[in-house]
Amino acid sequence: MSLAAAPPRSIERNTNGTGPASVGGTGVPDAAVAIALAPARSRRRALLLVGLGVALLVAAVISAGVGQFHVPADEVVGSILRRVGLPFGNRPSHANGEAVLWNIRFPRLWMGLLVGAALGASGALMQGIFGNPLAEPAVIGVSAGAGVGACAVIVFGWTFLGMSTVPAIAFATALITTGIVYGLARHQGRTEVVTLVLMGIAVNATSGALIAYLVFLGDTAAREQIVFWQLGSLNGSRWPQVYVVAPLVAVGLVGALAQARRLDLLALGERSARHLGVNVERLRLTSIVLVTLMVAAGVAFAGIIAFVGLVVPHLVRMAVGPSHRTLLPASALGGALLITVADVVARTAVDYADLPIGMLTALVGGPFFFWLLLRTRARAGGWG
Amino acid sequence: MSRLLLDGLRRRGLRVPQLSLDGAVVLAAEGVSLAYGPVAVLVDVDVAVRAGEVLALVGPNGAGKSTLLGVLAGDLRPDRGTVTVDGAPLDSWSPDELAVRRGVLLQQVDVAFPFTVTEVVRMGRAPWSGTAAEDWDDAVIADALDATDVTHLAARAYPSLSGGERARAALARVLAQEPAALLLDEPTASLDIRHQERVLELLRARAARGDGVVVVLHDLGLAAAYADRVAVMDAGRIEAVGPPAEVLTGELLSAVYRHPIEVVRHPRTDALLILPQRSPS
Repeated sequence: MSLAAAPPRSIERNTNGTGPASVGGTGVPDAAVAIALAPARSRRRALLLVGLGVALLVAAVISAGVGQFHVPADEVVGSILRRVGLPFGNRPSHANGEAVLWNIRFPRLWMGLLVGAALGASGALMQGIFGNPLAEPAVIGVSAGAGVGACAVIVFGWTFLGMSTVPAIAFATALITTGIVYGLARHQGRTEVVTLVLMGIAVNATSGALIAYLVFLGDTAAREQIVFWQLGSLNGSRWPQVYVVAPLVAVGLVGALAQARRLDLLALGERSARHLGVNVERLRLTSIVLVTLMVAAGVAFAGIIAFVGLVVPHLVRMAVGPSHRTLLPASALGGALLITVADVVARTAVDYADLPIGMLTALVGGPFFFWLLLRTRARAGGWG
Repeated sequence: MSRLLLDGLRRRGLRVPQLSLDGAVVLAAEGVSLAYGPVAVLVDVDVAVRAGEVLALVGPNGAGKSTLLGVLAGDLRPDRGTVTVDGAPLDSWSPDELAVRRGVLLQQVDVAFPFTVTEVVRMGRAPWSGTAAEDWDDAVIADALDATDVTHLAARAYPSLSGGERARAALARVLAQEPAALLLDEPTASLDIRHQERVLELLRARAARGDGVVVVLHDLGLAAAYADRVAVMDAGRIEAVGPPAEVLTGELLSAVYRHPIEVVRHPRTDALLILPQRSPS
């Protein structure tokens, strides 16, 4: 039976056919009602998204310019405009400017944006399906799980899938890890904080042991690669890698956004979400695959960059509330912004050195995690 | 326009329940048995909920009331017996088709993130998204907030509310869902007297407009005053079901609750008064 043949129940019930009976059939909902219900957060949501977008653009232009070889912002913009066929702005004044921008800076910038967006969004997604704001790919060991796969590829020199071998294997091991964590950490549709954190410790320890074993097996070159990879770095990002990561992250982000409304309902608990028509099992499975896809893509090339998925969604929630329709895109933008800024710091904090970006995010994220735990413990009716 | 098209596509298959004012059975369990391991929780239970009635489930702790509600809601699969919703087996409905047919208020509803009360109540409208009823979301939500007396809390974060306020906000969410059958597990447990009476009046009003209502109650006085029919449960069985005056007898209640209970009529209003024997020292 189609909609046209049978009017919705909540309208049908009205005696005069102008609205649900509960409203008393007063006709079109009056403005006073609409205003009283309009969430004060909606304008802040738009503001936040626009603000993050603008900040990201500015950060990207600055990031492309700074470094040992300086390119002024106007020349960065000019170079991009000319590439897309718009004859405006100044082209880089230095002879090598164009090459530095397009061969080194831009791929690195893009990799940072993609990895940041992936980590931010997958953090939000994970917290949504766990119903717990402490779930984050690195905290609960998913990043390390992906790491085991990536390290195995490095050590054994597998190339059967070409450039995609690392992300493909990382995806597989991340999926296994997520499955284990998810299956064991949840109880009656919720995850207790203690269980989640302990689960993270266990999974991280096991993955750490496997990675250590791989380091032991590997030759000197592989060891060096693994050590720096574990610290997390965007150094050495190239276009072909960006081309592998971009579609994976794009699919992950679009898929995540499509889940937003159902994730909101999941906050009511698994049973209540099901009562509201959510196919909880399918939602879970889809979300886990999406998270794994994004985390594996990011981890495979940029290493383990921790705490982005924890810090960013939390800040967004504090600013505009927990609705996933804003939380997911804002966390993606915020994650991209955080990584871009962190990368600028990584490249400029110490002269002639490229600090590992994972170290920087952990330096900020670790204390933040600490504060989060303390704050929650202090607050009555926290998330237990 | 494109949004309309999308919604139309997404909702193409949604079968919405017909309004029934003739007391049709909206939800029924037949010969339902369920055991957790060796413990029989439900034994051969038959129950039918009709449009327009309030059916109260009463009985001592562990009698199987919540389990029966879970079976009717489709959360628990009975070992034996069948559950029918709107005349068809429960399994034959998709999750969103079930959502417009039955709404469930669990004993305790926690919300994982600091959603506001309005946002939580709005979640109740999710099953109707993409249908023509969506245009009425704001009005229905405002009405549900008002009916449960939480309008003044609309902008507050749900996890920051007191127990009684949460219970009312959670009820508002189920009311906003506007399902054909309401299944409520102790909606009055943490409410003060005024709100207890309000909630039961509200359920009566819902029944009057054609909803079927199943409500688990511990307060036998409320059950006697507001229910059309009362089902007394004990040890997984329905011991008696019928109008309150017939079912709520001192004899049955004393046996079921294993405590002497007297049922008398109020001298002025003739209302049923259910009095447990008390001997304060």
